[in-house]
Amino acid sequence: MIASIGSPTYDVAACGDNPRNFYIWSGLGCTPTVGLGLALAQPDKRVLIVTGDGDVLMALGSLATIGVKQPKNLAIVCLDNGHYSASGMQPSATKAGVDLAEAARACKLRVEAVSDLSRADELRDLLHSGEGPLFIHARVDADDQPRVIPSRDGVAIKHRFMQAIGTLA
Amino acid sequence: MAQWDVEQHIHSARQAGWPDRIHAVFKRHAIKQVGYVADNGIARLIDLCERDNEITEIALASEAEGAGLVLGAVLGGERAALLMQSSGVGNCVNTFSILKNCAAPCVLVVSMRGEFDEFNSWQVPMGSITEPVLTLCGFCCYRVENEADVESTTDAACKMAFGGGNPLVAILLAQRMVSRTKPKGH
Repeated sequence: MIASIGSPTYDVAACGDNPRNFYIWSGLGCTPTVGLGLALAQPDKRVLIVTGDGDVLMALGSLATIGVKQPKNLAIVCLDNGHYSASGMQPSATKAGVDLAEAARACKLRVEAVSDLSRADELRDLLHSGEGPLFIHARVDADDQPRVIPSRDGVAIKHRFMQAIGTLA
Repeated sequence: MAQWDVEQHIHSARQAGWPDRIHAVFKRHAIKQVGYVADNGIARLIDLCERDNEITEIALASEAEGAGLVLGAVLGGERAALLMQSSGVGNCVNTFSILKNCAAPCVLVVSMRGEFDEFNSWQVPMGSITEPVLTLCGFCCYRVENEADVESTTDAACKMAFGGGNPLVAILLAQRMVSRTKPKGH
């Protein structure tokens, strides 16, 4: 699981730290292609990107890059709260109606869009076994939740992650 | 890995051999993912990577995506390289930070613009700061002026990136060597 800088990293850590979590602490917009590189390198493992509207807006082009390669083992969950919640709650473009689900669909990703928890079980199963590239657009509330801060040591979490998935030489 | 006879390949292609030599060194160092943004100067190198079954080539919408691709490949246990024009380096300044923060090896091949016999003056501002920008981003920069130095330089860059020392290494291909075809009308 790869989490983008900002609230997605806090949210993923809040679900419980795990050696198979990798947190990106800089480079807003990088997350989708980190997932692509990992999915191409490990085609037999499922890769989940947890990201937000700010990260995807900065990386709209990377949805096209992913759409061309069509990695079956890659899924993106975009937690869209319409705000840059980690940096002052300024509204993002999605607050003004820009639709990231439509953008992902146009880039040939397989899209599911939700705005409540009614389909949570179904979508969890889809993430575990559905064919990618998946893009789950989840509109969420713009609350400022308590933050769980995982390690910022990039080399340490890289080695921890690689050891956990068996890619550390 | 099947034996790749680079001399035979260059001979049969009847072209400048530097793209073939870079490709051959990539294979020798087991580079498996090559991300790029289209560029006339490195068109043959891109083509060689595309036609190679042992390499996955990824056409990027922006060079800025390249750092993410490389970090993902590294996490997945594969070696990766990026190909781009010098103008694209400017698009990557912030995203290169993820590679530096994680000490993720990256071999970056840059075809220079804004130098010798440049036909578009608007390429000069970025081309003239490419090397210092890369140095500030943490890259070791190896500049290649002559085709005779391509193979040894690419090999040294791969050894530096993948063997410790400095994980970020850029190979700057001088515009004079790359000899790009000018578009119609220029």
